[in-house]
Amino acid sequence: MHEDQEVIREFLVESHENLSRLDQDLVELEKHPKDAALLASIFRTFHTIKGTCGFLAFTTLEKITHQAENLLSQLRDGQRELDPSLVSLILETVDATRKVLASIEASGGEGSDDFEELTQRLRAAASNGTQTKAQPEAKNPEGAAADPHGPSEPADTAKSAEEAAKSSAVVDANIRVGVGLLDKLMDLVGELVLTRNQILQFNTEREDATLNATSQRLNLITTELQEGVMKTRMQPIGMVWNKLPRVVRDIAVSLGKQIRLEMDGAETELDRTIIEAIKDPLVHLVRNSCDHGVELPEVRQRAGKPAQGKLLLRAYHEGGQVNIEIGDDGAGVDVARVKQKAIEKGLLRPEQAQKLSDREALNLIFQPGFSTAQTITNVSGRGVGMDVVKSHIEKIGGVVDISSRPGEGTTVKLKIPLTLAIIPGLVVTSGGERFVIPQVSLLELIRLEGDSSDKHIEHVHGTPVYRRRGSLLPIAYLNQVLGMKPAEQGEAVNMVVLQAEDRQFGLVVDGINDTQEIVVKPLGKQLKGLTVYAGATIMGDGRVALILDVLGIGQCSAVLAESREQGRNAAEQRAQAGLEQQRLLLFRAGSFERLAVPLSLVARLEEFPLSSIERASGSQVVQYRDRILSLIPLREILESATRENTRPSDPAQVIVFNDGDCSLGVVVDQILDVVEETVTVRKGTMRKGLLGSAVVGKRITDFIDLNYVLSASSENWFCSKGNAAHTKNILVAESSAFSRGLIRNSLDMAGYVAIEAANVDEAIRCLEQHPIDLVVVALDLPGDGSSALRTALRRRPEWEGIPVLALAESADGVRAPAGHEMGFQEYLAKGNREAILESVARWTSMQSLPDESPVCAVRES
Amino acid sequence: MANVASAERPEVVQASGQFSTFFVGDLFFGVDVLRVQEVLRFQQMTSVPQAPEVIEGLINLRGQIVTAVDMRRRLRLSPRSAEQAPMNMVIRTEDGPVSLLVDEIGDVLDVDNTQYERPPESLDSAARELIRGVYKLKDRLMLVLDVEQTVDLAAGRSS
Repeated sequence: MHEDQEVIREFLVESHENLSRLDQDLVELEKHPKDAALLASIFRTFHTIKGTCGFLAFTTLEKITHQAENLLSQLRDGQRELDPSLVSLILETVDATRKVLASIEASGGEGSDDFEELTQRLRAAASNGTQTKAQPEAKNPEGAAADPHGPSEPADTAKSAEEAAKSSAVVDANIRVGVGLLDKLMDLVGELVLTRNQILQFNTEREDATLNATSQRLNLITTELQEGVMKTRMQPIGMVWNKLPRVVRDIAVSLGKQIRLEMDGAETELDRTIIEAIKDPLVHLVRNSCDHGVELPEVRQRAGKPAQGKLLLRAYHEGGQVNIEIGDDGAGVDVARVKQKAIEKGLLRPEQAQKLSDREALNLIFQPGFSTAQTITNVSGRGVGMDVVKSHIEKIGGVVDISSRPGEGTTVKLKIPLTLAIIPGLVVTSGGERFVIPQVSLLELIRLEGDSSDKHIEHVHGTPVYRRRGSLLPIAYLNQVLGMKPAEQGEAVNMVVLQAEDRQFGLVVDGINDTQEIVVKPLGKQLKGLTVYAGATIMGDGRVALILDVLGIGQCSAVLAESREQGRNAAEQRAQAGLEQQRLLLFRAGSFERLAVPLSLVARLEEFPLSSIERASGSQVVQYRDRILSLIPLREILESATRENTRPSDPAQVIVFNDGDCSLGVVVDQILDVVEETVTVRKGTMRKGLLGSAVVGKRITDFIDLNYVLSASSENWFCSKGNAAHTKNILVAESSAFSRGLIRNSLDMAGYVAIEAANVDEAIRCLEQHPIDLVVVALDLPGDGSSALRTALRRRPEWEGIPVLALAESADGVRAPAGHEMGFQEYLAKGNREAILESVARWTSMQSLPDESPVCAVRES
Repeated sequence: MANVASAERPEVVQASGQFSTFFVGDLFFGVDVLRVQEVLRFQQMTSVPQAPEVIEGLINLRGQIVTAVDMRRRLRLSPRSAEQAPMNMVIRTEDGPVSLLVDEIGDVLDVDNTQYERPPESLDSAARELIRGVYKLKDRLMLVLDVEQTVDLAAGRSS
């Protein structure tokens, strides 16, 4: 009944206001009996009271007002003329209404007086206009005498005045204040908070006891005032919940279900702007629970549950936020069905669906255009819904989460901020400026210290990432996102892990200060277009600080990734050169579950919507950065037989390979991961398009033969390159076909022609057949092959000048002093692709200096 | 002529006939005195990375956050010398106050409407969209600044 008390209280306040207006209106009506607008207004007032009485089960009051309403409707419709006796009768009704209201306020009930006599007179007046003239005056005293409260009735006017005074206790305790004024107060309190912050900061710089005491007091008062003013704008969530019992009842009846609604925490208060914002989403969620969640009574009984379903609404404060839960004890969300539906709607491919965890699958229902309802009812199932709910909630800085257990029910949880005007924020510095990050978006702070700090941040071809508890977190640098000059490389890296929609990323800032309550202020029109800012605030020292829009920053940094990777590429690669492990991009295509390509060869990963893929001269192309990018569907190349069911995913996942002016896209089914691995177990293969297999991340992984794949393109990938620069022929002598393939791949990509040899004899044959510019030889070539090859090269004068690079299996081998005596130009680790390419570039360009123009065909890619 | 101009832009009708004047480089500008909220010395500013170049930063004007537009850059003039601190002329606009950073503040002048003329056609395009007209004062020309155009940066970026 507690919620009811609140409703009744409001009803009382409202009715008192209405009644005092009625008094005025009726008096006015007597002067202008024909005023239709006035009549309509009076009629409406009675109608409102009657309606609410019916809702709150105040039958007496409802009866009285109903009769008055009948009478008034006749007047309004012009069926009869107004005369003073009628006005008196109506006024009497007003008084009676007041009396009942007073009784309700005092005791909670309508009192024992049922006003039968008044009701009859009203009824009589309505049915027969002629009687009304005489009767009211005549019957009034009688009625009073017959009344159980008789003694008070003679002093009717005095009594009602007294009661009016009593009833106004409610009215006096509440003042209706314009929202505008409250907003203004809120603004002023915001100012005061800022001024207080300034004074507190000033105080810390002085040692003045009086100032100290005063500012402490100011601090307390301001905090209290802030809370107080915020409270004026607070409304219990019960305000929105009140209409839900009706909603639930109607749906239950129309669907033939039995649903009991329980509400817990209706007194939980929220800012009125937020109450407004969550109204519709809440109703929607409740409807959803009734429709999709709770099962039909027969189904429930069959499942051993009571026929009556339960819908539980809970609201509670937690950590400066309000949590609202809408839970049912229904069947729960059928995850398999959600997946199936997602596949049907083209939101998901079957293979993707298998990989999805239940939790991820559940969140699919927040995708636009999703509904698992079997049939479209007027309740739900029209495909507008959960996505709208989600976007509404996110708009006010809230979060939606859904959890479901089969057979036990589904719970949707909303996390809503208390208010929008004053929010907690984390103050960070970057580029000498302070910025505020709203606390809602903040997940954690990471500080990487010492020498290892730059090693913690790794790079996926120019895109920095951080390994956070085993998974890769993309990183953005605030300095770069905002185009400010980078800070001096300090001892440590400060990173703020942020959540934007459902993605997380790390934002590297120069410094992390502290958290503060900040007052959000809008930016001027001139700055509205900047998506990286959510607003501005004034800091303790009186200066302005910008509030970062986390989503905007995330989007912006993704856009900027391109320029960033170019700028830092060279430095990064040098930093990585010391690492022997290689980074592999893992992906999936067709029946090949796990394919790999060295990440260093990959230029970018892209997604293209299928609609953007066009056909040109028989092959698939997309427009990409003002150019045409040819696409090679990897699946078709690897398994040319199985052409049916080759509908690619939308958007198509494309790995872009770059070489100078030339770009090619390889379409794969799914990008799986980027791993850093020392490739251990290897096995060659005869299959076209594959180099071989290796164990990566404890699973067998096939390595792509890029040479083969890229040559499948209609574009003349390798020839066009050959024309662009003076091609160098590199002899790769290596017994392992797999390693050889990898080396050849990187050489190919860098614009060289790689010639392969598996042993010394083959190598010498190659040397005889091709003009070789450089030899790369593995130290472990069988039969002491590397030194044999070296010797063979020395023997012939035309081969004398050819530089020879030796590859050791590991970095330790590189340092082996024995190598020097063997007279190789350089010793490198096999896995270190970058270093190999760099040396090849250096030695080939050196060698070419004497006879031809110094063309360096190698890009630092 | 003045009537013609104000008929074109009814929202900036000259209400007082008085102009607050200021200098930007060699240019002498006037703004209707009723549009000027206040004049401040140089304030500490928070720069806004990624903002249009003409925006110098944000200032805290008694708790209100006001965007400061550098008039030199707005008019594509040479930058101010380092020791020359600009003045803030806070102007009322439809979207709240905006501060114009100017070199120096002049007097409030009464002007004679007969001395008004439209700006010459040959005016530099950056200046022309911001100058509504010219008052031929005795010793110099006073340019009437179109405040709405000045603070509308979307229009100003068409360089």
